[in-house]
Amino acid sequence: MGKTLSEKVWDEHVVRSVEGEPDLLFIDLHLIHEVTSPQAFDGLRLAGRQVRRPDLTIATEDHNVPTVDWDKPIADPVSRAQVETLRTNCAEFGVRLHPLGDVEQGIVHVVGPQLGLTQPGMTIVCGDSHTATHGAFGAIAFGIGTSEVEHVLATQTLPQARPRTMAVTVNGSLPEGVTSKDLILYLITRTGTGGGQGYIVEYRGAAIEELSMEGRMTVCNMSIEWGAKAGLIAPDDVTFAYLKGRPEAPKGAEWDAAVEHWRSLRTDDDAEFDHEIVIDAAEVTPWVTWGTNPGQGAPLGGTVPAPGDFEEETDRVAAENALRYMDLAAGTPLREVHVDTVFVGSCTNGRIEDLRTAAAVIKGHKVADGTRMLVVPGSARVRLEAEAEGLDLVFKEAGAEWRGAGCSMCLGMNADTLSPGERSASTSNRNFEGRQGKGGRTHLVSVPVAAATAVRGTLSSPADLELVGSN
Amino acid sequence: MEKFTTHTGVGVPLRRSDVDTDQIIPAEYLKRVTRTGFEDGLFAAWRNDPAFVLNQPAYAAGSVLVAGPNFGTGSSREHAVWALQNYGFKAVLSPRFGDIFRGNSGKAGLLAGRVDEKVVQRLWDHLETNPGATVTVDLESRTVRAGDGPDAIEDSFDIDDYTRWRLLEGLDDIGITLGHENEITSYEAQRPSWKPVTQHAG
Ligand code: SF4
Repeated sequence: MGKTLSEKVWDEHVVRSVEGEPDLLFIDLHLIHEVTSPQAFDGLRLAGRQVRRPDLTIATEDHNVPTVDWDKPIADPVSRAQVETLRTNCAEFGVRLHPLGDVEQGIVHVVGPQLGLTQPGMTIVCGDSHTATHGAFGAIAFGIGTSEVEHVLATQTLPQARPRTMAVTVNGSLPEGVTSKDLILYLITRTGTGGGQGYIVEYRGAAIEELSMEGRMTVCNMSIEWGAKAGLIAPDDVTFAYLKGRPEAPKGAEWDAAVEHWRSLRTDDDAEFDHEIVIDAAEVTPWVTWGTNPGQGAPLGGTVPAPGDFEEETDRVAAENALRYMDLAAGTPLREVHVDTVFVGSCTNGRIEDLRTAAAVIKGHKVADGTRMLVVPGSARVRLEAEAEGLDLVFKEAGAEWRGAGCSMCLGMNADTLSPGERSASTSNRNFEGRQGKGGRTHLVSVPVAAATAVRGTLSSPADLELVGSN
Repeated sequence: MEKFTTHTGVGVPLRRSDVDTDQIIPAEYLKRVTRTGFEDGLFAAWRNDPAFVLNQPAYAAGSVLVAGPNFGTGSSREHAVWALQNYGFKAVLSPRFGDIFRGNSGKAGLLAGRVDEKVVQRLWDHLETNPGATVTVDLESRTVRAGDGPDAIEDSFDIDDYTRWRLLEGLDDIGITLGHENEITSYEAQRPSWKPVTQHAG
C-alpha cells in the first residue's frame, strides 16, 4: 500500500521508533516568539543546557508589540518585559531574532514563509497553535506547549504519537468572489469544531490546487479551529514559484535537488486515509460567524439561527449562550448586523495578497460613519510591499487606519482591543468570548467581506457595494 | 532534574477537596517570564487569611502537602506545579489528582502520590495535633510514614511505574531524549544539504 503525503513527511523525520513509545521526530525549523518561550529558555538555564541547533531556530516579536508608535518603548510593562526577555534570551543562546523595527519582524507565521524558510517536506513547530499555517507548503507543522519548546531547543527533536490521517477533497472551483477563508469557515461549520480532532488533514482537490499560496495558508491556518493537529497541502508548481528566489530558499543545483525531492511529496494513488470528507466547492458562499466559536457560522446571505434549529442539545445550549453574548436575535438577516470595528490582519489574512484584495474592494469608497477600520500588515515586509504599491494610501483615503506589523487585534494581548460590547468583523481566526478584548463581539469574515463591511457598516460582501455607489 | 528516592519534611494538612489549578495559582500570576518566583502566587486567595495553614509558622517550611480529593483539576497550566516547587514542596499526597496536573508533576519532578482517603484523614489529624511534624515519602518502597509509637501511620501510595522510574533516575523528558543523542547525531548527519538554516557561517 502506498503512503499519504503526511506519512511520507513523518517517516522522513523519525530519529527513533520503538514499539509502545511515541516516535522521536527531528524538527527542521523551530519558530519562537515572546509569549511562549521565556520559561523554556529559563528551563534550559536552570538545567545548564544549550540550544542544540540555533541554526534551525528563529525568533520574532508579534503578540505583544504595538502597531502604532512602534519606535517608542512598549507602554505595557508586562508586554515590555516579555519582549525584552526574548531579546536577552536570543542574545544569550545565539538565536536569530527579528525584533520590532527590523524589516523581517512580523507575525511568526508570516515571517517563516516570506523568508523562504518554510519549505515542502519539513517538520516545523512553534509555541503557537496556528503553526498549522506552514502546512500550506506540504510541511508537517503544529503548535506545541512551553515544555515542548524547551525540549526542541535542547534536543531539536520531539516525541510524538503518530496521528491519524484525513483527506478533505474539495472538488470543482470556488464561485467568483468566494475565498479560501469562506471555504474553511464553511468546512468548520459543517464538521464542528471537533471535526478534525486527532487528525493530520490533507486538503486536496481542484479547488485547493487553484488557490494561491496565501489562500492555502489561510485554509491550513484554521485547521486548528476544527480540532486538527495539523493541515497540509501537497506542494506543486504554485508552491515552487512562491518559494523560488526567497532569501532562504535553496539556490542553483541545491534548488533543483530540492524540487526533485519535493515533487515526490504527494499522496500515492493507492494510499488510504483513516477518514475522508468530500466537499463541492460550488456550495461555498461568503461565510460569516454569528457565534462564539468558529463552527458557529452561516452564509452571509442567511439569518442568525435560532437555538431550536440545532438537533443536538449541546449545540442548542451553545447557540443560546452565543446569541446572548453576541447580543443577536434569531432570525436577524446577517447583512443587517451593524459592525463597530473592521479588522484586516492576522496570520490568517494579513499577507500582501489579502491587503491587495481589501484595497481593491475599498478603493473609491469611504469607511462608514460609526465604523472604524484597522488594516494591520502581517509583517514589516508586507507593510513595505503594500506601501510601495500605494495600498496604504488607498486605505487612508477611505478613512481606515494603517498600522505597523503584529498580531494586533487578533487577540486581546496588546494595545489593540475591542471595548466591552463592541462588535467587530475580523479576518482573524478566533471568535471566542473576549478573544479580541473583554466583552468584545467578533464575527469572523473573509477579506472582501471585511472591506465591504467597513464601507456599509453592516456585514456585507463586495457585491453589496454597488448599492452604495462610489465617491 | 533531581533524583527522588525518599524525602522527609514538614507535612502541611490542606483540608480542602477540589483545589483546582486556578486556586493553586491564579491567572494574574502567570505573567512572569521565569520558571522561578511563583511561590508568591501559591494559593494566593487564601494567603491573606491568617488562619490559612501556610500562614502558621509551624507549617511555613512545609515540603509535603497533604490535600483532599481532586487536587489540581482545571486548567493545564504548568505554573501550578512550579508554584508548589518554588515554595519548597517536594511531594503532594491526595486521594485523587487532576490528570494533567499529575502528568505535569511527573515531568517537573514533583511527586504526586495517590493515598487512600482514610490515610489522608489520619495524616490531617496527626499533622494538626502535632504542628510541624514530618512526613516521610519513600518512593523506592512507595510508602508514606508519619508519627511513631502505637499511633504511627504507615501506608502505601500509588504512582505509575514510568513516573516512578523517571523520578528515581532524576530524568526529565529532555534527559530521556538526550539519552538517544547518538541517534539524533546520526540523523543530522544524513539530512540533505538543501534543507534551510537560519544562520549562515561567515
Ligand atoms: S495573528 Fe493571532 S492567531 Fe496568529 S499568531 Fe498572532 S495571535 Fe496567534
